[in-house]
Amino acid sequence: MNIDALVPSSIDGLMLGFVYGLAAMGLTLIFGVMRVINLAHGPVIALGMFAVYLIGTQFGVNPYLGLIAVLVLGLVLGIVMYFVAVHRVINAPELTTLLATFSVNLMIIGLGTVVFTTTPRAIDMDLGAFRTGAITILGTKVVAVLIAIAVTVGLYLFLYRTRVGKSIRAVANNRAAAELMGINTTGVLALSFGIGIMLAMTSGGLIATLFSFTILAGGVYELKSFVIVVLGGLGNPTGALVGGIVLGLLEGLTTIFMPVGWVPIIEYGVFVLILLIRPTGLFGAR
Amino acid sequence: MKRTWPQSFLWLTLLIIVAIALIPILIDSASLREDLFLTLMLVILASSINIIMGYTGYVSFGHIVFFGLGGYFAFFLMLNYQVHFVLAALASGVGASVFAFLLGIPVLRLRGAYFALATIGINEAVRSFVTNFEPFGGAVGMFFNYAVYDAYGGARNALWFAYYAIVAVALVTVAASFLIKKSKFGLGLMAIREDQDTAQVLGIDPTRYKVLAYTCSAFFPALAGAIFFFKNGIIEPGPAFALLRSIEGLVMVMLGGYGTVTGPIVGAVVYERLRAFLITNPNFSSLHLFIAGLLLLVIVLFVTAGVVGWLRQRVPLLRRYLE
Repeated sequence: MNIDALVPSSIDGLMLGFVYGLAAMGLTLIFGVMRVINLAHGPVIALGMFAVYLIGTQFGVNPYLGLIAVLVLGLVLGIVMYFVAVHRVINAPELTTLLATFSVNLMIIGLGTVVFTTTPRAIDMDLGAFRTGAITILGTKVVAVLIAIAVTVGLYLFLYRTRVGKSIRAVANNRAAAELMGINTTGVLALSFGIGIMLAMTSGGLIATLFSFTILAGGVYELKSFVIVVLGGLGNPTGALVGGIVLGLLEGLTTIFMPVGWVPIIEYGVFVLILLIRPTGLFGAR
Repeated sequence: MKRTWPQSFLWLTLLIIVAIALIPILIDSASLREDLFLTLMLVILASSINIIMGYTGYVSFGHIVFFGLGGYFAFFLMLNYQVHFVLAALASGVGASVFAFLLGIPVLRLRGAYFALATIGINEAVRSFVTNFEPFGGAVGMFFNYAVYDAYGGARNALWFAYYAIVAVALVTVAASFLIKKSKFGLGLMAIREDQDTAQVLGIDPTRYKVLAYTCSAFFPALAGAIFFFKNGIIEPGPAFALLRSIEGLVMVMLGGYGTVTGPIVGAVVYERLRAFLITNPNFSSLHLFIAGLLLLVIVLFVTAGVVGWLRQRVPLLRRYLE
């Protein structure tokens, strides 16, 4: 056990937590609006990584500017995915939508391994670092946190302050009633799916500036997203950010007290326990 | 005739499996034996998932956890205590069932998506635990010395032995799946699937039924795991708890027909043949995952009932005969 590592590890965990939270937000938004667990979440995150990487290497665009293109790309991809895989089975039992999104997962992974192979890639970014004593904070992490916060605030404003955002929340609340009030529910569902995918791809793009990655790298973050979503309450986007921070801190702190290998046991243990004790999440209403 | 038909159907199904399983023995073909071994193993996995998912309506995403645990229990007993393989496999089946029983009581209270997520969490938690659990060899896993196979007449005979074992377990699994479906217990499970609250009002104890179904569905994959890793001679956490294989099991059940007895068998055979074809075909080998995904999407969107379910819908006559 190393007390000196306490502060740096928790700062590190905290910062990663914001990025994890952003990834989970995409998953939870989709679930909240249409009760669909998107099993293509991981590959979509990986696509975000590759999008930023390719825009950077092919056109020489700064990764952070590339993220703007990724936002648009994610929205379009999400809407296409919705109409291809989800729309027809939106009212079917969970199993059907789980398998439909899983088939998208297989297709992305299948094509991705052919096109990109599984060689690890990395984006070479150096924004310097801030150092005092044992604490080192990388510039790239600070930017990632700021972007994650900006996207979250943007999502919040969109959902609570705009007319479209309000109709998304209305559809999440009661689709039939929303439809009776003249809301185009198909459009809203497609848009929500698009935003969910957009958030996942954006977080992937941010992760790519921090760690090396392959097309399979999304799987880890998909599992983390499940844990976070349950921590914050399924279907609750703001809860996801808090859940992400909790998970990040948990990761940072447990590594001090026990070998790194035990961290996943704690994570998944907490995950199953929370599902059993408080399925609405730590901060869930009702 | 009508009354005895379901039983005859079961015997017919078992007879077909036995007849096919005899082929590699008669022509002494090791490669065909390996193909059938894998297919029968998937039949066991898919049929077991079908008990909890098809009959009861609880989607167990992490069902592979029982396969892995069964493999580990049996391997541990054989390696450290020189327990005979058959005994070790049975012990591992009972062990996995006890685990499922204890786990099922709290977890099966969750419904729908929450249950599915919890089973993923359980599989990942167990996998990380085993990766760090030194008696099970940690991340490296465990492996046999070839001398272990001497008790079974050498390594070559052990492979045949494992094949007989998987055939036997597959037969028992299919029979169990059939008997459960045709019993009062099975009717109770299907009532829970259709509407749990109504079932409860009608006097079915959902917790008891569900936990029992989960316990049954854990037993057979554990046996399959024990046999598979006995044959392999090596067990590692990654292959033992591979979430992808678990989801493939769900795909097989969907492909063949959710809630039917023959569906998982048909699904497992078709999926395995298709994958073998795609992997070995030079034009498709790199795209096999993509094609599998596309096929799954088409089935999920357009043929929701699966092959057997579709046949039953289209040909009313078959509804009386095909289970």
